[in-house]
Amino acid sequence: MTDSPPLVEMKNMNVTFGGVHAVEDVSIDLRPGEILGLVGGNGAGKSTLIKTLSGAQKPDSGQIFINGNPATIDNPRDAKALGVETIYQTLALAENIDAPGNMFLGRELVTRLGTLDDSAMEDASRRVMGRLNPKFENFKTPVTSLSGGQRQSVAIARAVHFNARILIMDEPTAALGPAETEQVRELMRQLKREGIGIILISHDIHDVFDLSDRISVMLQGRLVGTVNREDVTMDEVLAMIIVGKQPGELTSTDLADLHG
Amino acid sequence: MLRASEIDTRMLGMLALLLVIWVGFHFMSGGTFLTPRNLWNLSVQFSPVAIMATGMVLVIVSRNIDLSVGSMLGLVGMAMAIIQAEIIPDIFGFDHPATWIVVLLIGLALGALVGVFQGAVVAYIGVPSFIVTLGGLLVWRGVAWSLASGRTIAPMDSTFQLLGGGSRGSIGEVGSWVIAGLAVAAIVFYLVNDRRQRKRFGFTLRPMWSLVTVGVVGSLAVLGAVWTMNSYYLPVNVARQVAEERGLAWPEGGLDIPLGISYPVLIALGVMLVMGFIANRRRYGRYVFSIGGNPEAAELGGINTRWTVVKTFMVMGILVGVAAAVTIARLNAATSGLGTLAELYVIAAAVIGGTSLSGGIGTIPGAVLGALVMQSLQSGMVLMRVDAPLQDIVVGVVLVVAVAVDVFYRRRSER
Ligand SMILES: Nc1ncnc2c1ncn2[C@@H]1O[C@H](COP(=O)(O)OP(=O)(O)OP(=O)(O)O)[C@@H](O)[C@H]1O
Ligand SMILES: [Mg+2]
Repeated sequence: MTDSPPLVEMKNMNVTFGGVHAVEDVSIDLRPGEILGLVGGNGAGKSTLIKTLSGAQKPDSGQIFINGNPATIDNPRDAKALGVETIYQTLALAENIDAPGNMFLGRELVTRLGTLDDSAMEDASRRVMGRLNPKFENFKTPVTSLSGGQRQSVAIARAVHFNARILIMDEPTAALGPAETEQVRELMRQLKREGIGIILISHDIHDVFDLSDRISVMLQGRLVGTVNREDVTMDEVLAMIIVGKQPGELTSTDLADLHG
Repeated sequence: MLRASEIDTRMLGMLALLLVIWVGFHFMSGGTFLTPRNLWNLSVQFSPVAIMATGMVLVIVSRNIDLSVGSMLGLVGMAMAIIQAEIIPDIFGFDHPATWIVVLLIGLALGALVGVFQGAVVAYIGVPSFIVTLGGLLVWRGVAWSLASGRTIAPMDSTFQLLGGGSRGSIGEVGSWVIAGLAVAAIVFYLVNDRRQRKRFGFTLRPMWSLVTVGVVGSLAVLGAVWTMNSYYLPVNVARQVAEERGLAWPEGGLDIPLGISYPVLIALGVMLVMGFIANRRRYGRYVFSIGGNPEAAELGGINTRWTVVKTFMVMGILVGVAAAVTIARLNAATSGLGTLAELYVIAAAVIGGTSLSGGIGTIPGAVLGALVMQSLQSGMVLMRVDAPLQDIVVGVVLVVAVAVDVFYRRRSER
């Protein structure tokens, strides 16, 4: 696996909003069949970073390589064409449209006559949702009338349906109940076995520890570091998140502060 | 039960409102409202408003507004009038057989052009549509005025006039019944086909009683409307001419030749079908609704949201072109004041018809019904000789009340 090029390589990414340096010189990479945890406090720049990969945010500078080839990602369409699917933190659902409509938003199935094939889209949605949240039954109502967890299921189903090679999940289970969260975790393990690379952003450090192979930590727009899950303890990662210290630099007083 | 039946409660409410207005005016006007004559005229006058309202639905659904449609109607109508009354006759002579279609196409193209221009300023420069079209309201009226320097342009080409209804501008008794038959067949086909599709994928079926009720009520409405149109007869002098042309004997007591459905109504119904199809069955329509629901989601879905907005204003412009043709054809003239305040009627029609001003929600048939409500109000007031200022007051109040009801209704249904 080491000789094949990484699935994704983001090099020296920079994004500024007016005076705010939201992402500063950050480089991360993702390998096939790997789950990369991306963690950091609120406003650390995680969402902004992954948006440059999903085409939702133009970086000021930086390079993105997919399978070793330089990639130009100017808009969400470019990213999808490269096999990048994203579950946004905001879910990005059109409230007035039903679940199948949202799943296929921008990629609607049409009949030979060029009309929307609602039945086929509903059918496909039911099948994906069966793997994800079998209790989901609200295929005809606008998503605005769904619960937070159901809406999240729709967003996940959308990302999973299109056979992504690279899956970005920004807080995918924040609104899910325990049973649904477990379904999503199981799904992630399954996708991982299929060789899909997943970037998982989560505030649930246990979740990240459970699922990730490697963990990248951001603090105030900068990358603190990337570590192998096996090489670190949860405390060490917490220290990276909160005070930006590398695992080796950690002193006992730091640890005491963390737990204080 | 109503929910399972999939009968739109809002649509029911609107039909009830219409009924109240009609019956109310009928009694207040001493029995002149619900007569074939009044309803036939009402249907002709309703057409331009209905045509534009279908476009306004998409504009409002996309979180925009078009305040310029009345002035645009004035501009496009004036341009079409000048071309057919003053330019084409000079070159090809009066009543050339191709005049009407050339003029109509130029009108549609001009409407599209104005729409694209306004849409581009909204979508690509980012000026709010409220401002762009408020400017348009002044600009296009001004241009219309200067085109004719305040003159009234007349007469229209004789074929073109048919677009406006009038005593010759309808399809007659037989044609109307044929249309009625087609419409009933279409209703039945739609209901049966929908049921078959759901069976194919094993989705829940609509209960039989609801299916049958919708089918029967819909068919009766169609047949009743056509019967009414066919109960209005040509005036005696025209009837005599027509009888002569057809080689019919002219009996002592005269001849009742039904007018049937007028061309404007036919055009409006055609526009409603096409726009309904575009809104519900085409990708473009889905994109418009998604922009209204969540512009960011639409963008992240890979939809070209700006171009979609430009197209929406273009469609609006084309429909203004159609409405302008119908209007000047009916009046057989164009004045610089043509279409004044039409934007109010059109926006009110869309809103009464269930279009939400916050975007994302609206239906084409709803807006057409809304147009019928607005035109019924206006016709009723004219029938009762309410003077113009009071009419304006009523329309203004109705618009505000309609939005208030809409806001209230949605706030409640959100809980
Ligand atoms: N569209 C924007 N315009 C201006 N500033 C922005 C924008 N998006 C993000 N920022 C700023 O960039 C910084 C990073 O935000 P970002 O959303 O990437 O953080 P995050 O790590 O995802 O945080 P959270 O864990 O709360 O989701 C913040 O300071 C935020 O205020
Ligand atoms: Mg975030």
